[in-house]
Parts: sequence; C-alpha cells; structure tokens
Amino acid sequence: MYAFNYHRPKSTDEAAKLVAEAEDGKLIAGGMTLLPSMKLRLAAPSDIVDLAAVEGLRGITVSGKTVTIGAMTRHVDVQTSAEVKKAIPALAALAGGIGDPSVRNRGTIGGSVANADPAADYPAAVLGLNATVETTKRKIAADDFFTGLFETALEPGEIIKAIHFPVPDAAAYEKFPQPASGFAMVGAFVARFGKDVRVAITGAKDHVFRVPDMEKALAAKFSGDAIAEIKLPDDDMMSDIHCSADYRAHLVTVMAKRAAAKAAG
Amino acid sequence: MSTKVSMTVNGRKVSADVEPRTLLVQYLREHLGLTGTHVGCDTTQCGCCAIHLNGEAVKSCTILAVQCEGADVVTIEGLASPDGELHPMQKAFWEHHGLQCGFCTPGMVMVACDIARRKPDADEATIRHGLEGNICRCTGYQHIVEAVHSGIQAMNQGKR
Repeated sequence: MYAFNYHRPKSTDEAAKLVAEAEDGKLIAGGMTLLPSMKLRLAAPSDIVDLAAVEGLRGITVSGKTVTIGAMTRHVDVQTSAEVKKAIPALAALAGGIGDPSVRNRGTIGGSVANADPAADYPAAVLGLNATVETTKRKIAADDFFTGLFETALEPGEIIKAIHFPVPDAAAYEKFPQPASGFAMVGAFVARFGKDVRVAITGAKDHVFRVPDMEKALAAKFSGDAIAEIKLPDDDMMSDIHCSADYRAHLVTVMAKRAAAKAAG
Repeated sequence: MSTKVSMTVNGRKVSADVEPRTLLVQYLREHLGLTGTHVGCDTTQCGCCAIHLNGEAVKSCTILAVQCEGADVVTIEGLASPDGELHPMQKAFWEHHGLQCGFCTPGMVMVACDIARRKPDADEATIRHGLEGNICRCTGYQHIVEAVHSGIQAMNQGKR
C-alpha cells in the first residue's frame, strides 16, 4: 500500500472539502473494498477521508412505507434489524449474504452502493426496490444512479447520506454466489408493488440492470413459471474464469425465476 | 507524516505515532509485539487475522490502525486469564483437537467467540456459516465445528 494522508472529519461538509482539496482524495466507509484495492495497488489515493466520525450517517428508521438506512450502517446491522426483517425481509437476507460475518461487521451500505461493484448485492436491492439515494446535494432515483462499471451518478465530493427503500408487497433476492468470495456471479432481486413488478439483476453485466420483459410477464402472472422461458442475449454479459457469458445469461433466468417463486410464496 | 493513535488493547491503554497506511494487524504484531494475530492471505479472505474491535470480530488486515482511534481491541492474547487459565473456547479447541498446524486457530477462536455472543444456541449449520470467513487448510473443519459447539456451551454455562 502506498502512503497517503488520513483525515477524520466530523461533518459531511468538512469531508467534501477535504476530498475536493486533495490531489486524489477518497472517502472511506467500512473500507472492505477500498483497503484491499489499495493493498493490491489498484487504488493509490493521496488522501483518505474517513466518514466514521461524521454524525448522522448511521441507523435505520421505518416511517410509513419507507425504510431509511443511513449510509454508514453496516451489513450486520441491516441483517439483524428487527425493523428491516419485518418491513423488507428480502433486504435483511441480502445483507446477511454479503461476504462473511467479519466483513459484515465493517462493510457499509453506502460504501457498497457508491462503489457500484458489478457483482455487489446491494445495487440489486436499490434498483429492484426503486430506492432513492439521498446525497449531500440531492436525491437520486435508483434508475438514474448506476451508470457503468464502478460508475455512478455521484459527482466528485458528493456523499451518500442515506438510502430510502419503499416497502414492497412482496420481494425476494436470489444469488448464485462465487464460492470463494460470496460475490454474485448472478443475483436477481424481484419486488412487487401492487400490480407493478421490478426485476433487477446484478453480477451479469458491467452494472446492475432491469429486465422489462420479465417485469411485464410477472405483472401479468406473479410466479416463477411466468419467466422461466425468458432468456437474455449474452453479448453484453461479463465473461471470466468463474463464469462464461452464456452461463451468466442462463443464470439470469434461473435466479430471477427462483426469486420470483420465493417472492410469490 | 505519522498520525497519533490511541486505543485499548487487551485492557491496556496504548498509543503510538504510526504511518496512516499501517494496518491494525501490523500495529498489533510489529509495534505491540502481539504476534498471536496472524496474517494468512492479506486479502480479507482467510480470517487468520480476526480480532475483536469493540466486541465484534473483524479482520485486522483490512483496517487501518488510525481507524481504531479510541477503540477497544481484544486479540487472542487477551482471552486467557492473567493466571494462564485458558478461555473456554480455547479449551474446547484443545479438547476437540480443533487444530493441526494452528496457524488459523487465533482467528477461528476469535470468530467463534463472536458466534457465541450473537448465537448462544448456534447449531452446526449456524456455526459453519459463521466460520465462512475463516479458512483452515489442515483439519477439514469437522473438529473445529465440534470445538466451537462445545466452546459455546461452555461459555453459556458461565465459564466465561
């Protein structure tokens, strides 16, 4: 790991200023991706700005039909939250499937969403549940947030404060995990809000995406069978030593079918 | 370019000037001489470096020492009583032959204690899931799982 300057601000304003003034400043939340990347020298920021001491970024609140999770809330807190388990059990289960227990004791929802790893779990929930990402500057709809490989709509110095999840009538997340890392080779989040259905897929392409054909089929008939024959082309799927593009395309159908069947109960 | 950091390690207040890039595990091993915490993979996979940070198991190879300002850290050296009496989880690993080479054992024991804290009624499946972030290349895990199960029961009986 290359040397860097370390800052521990008390407010998001101060944090944003420190990042802006640095030659190459990076925010750190739980650090479960950033620190391994720095050790591998894939990242070499000049300055690390730690959000750990910033007030007001942690915690879970449920009000009406919305679950709000602060950006610095850890995976273990979402996994074990009685309120999340009651309102959106699929979200608590998803958090409980990230990495391993020691990683979940550090990693945060804001860090995961801001990092936008193509195989991360949380982006599927954010997009599948039509969540809103609240930042220091604005509120960003999930459909506008994830823009590419590790790319989001966040501007330099813009910090995620919280994520607002609408409570669905039914939802489920199913993933085929890479056995060593736990990352999703393919993960599917299916959520039903009244007659509307959203299907979000992570792990398959360079960033999380929706599948309109599956959403239409599930809106007509909410069951796993309704989408069992819907295949996606594999030309823009990722391909690596773990999983070829055509296998990923196959897994999209299988995982979405399982998630829909689970959500349909 | 060093930064001052203060924390409590195994009940003792410590502070030092460290480079910000100093990992917690480096601080523990190289500055404090607490070499019971091991570095196995250095990529957040193997769990050999697991310690307790404010009571919860975390991987000390993936935390900066400076991030632990004001924190309460317990390492494997902090589990046994000052008189040398082993912690019930340590005893359980001994009794059930939960180790061969022993390299992964400190991390296994620290994570096992965290499982006991969160799930005092943990069954075999829960224990196996709880150990997902800890890799052992010797035992095939069977004796580790038995040791953790026994250790949790001993901890429940108030032996610590």
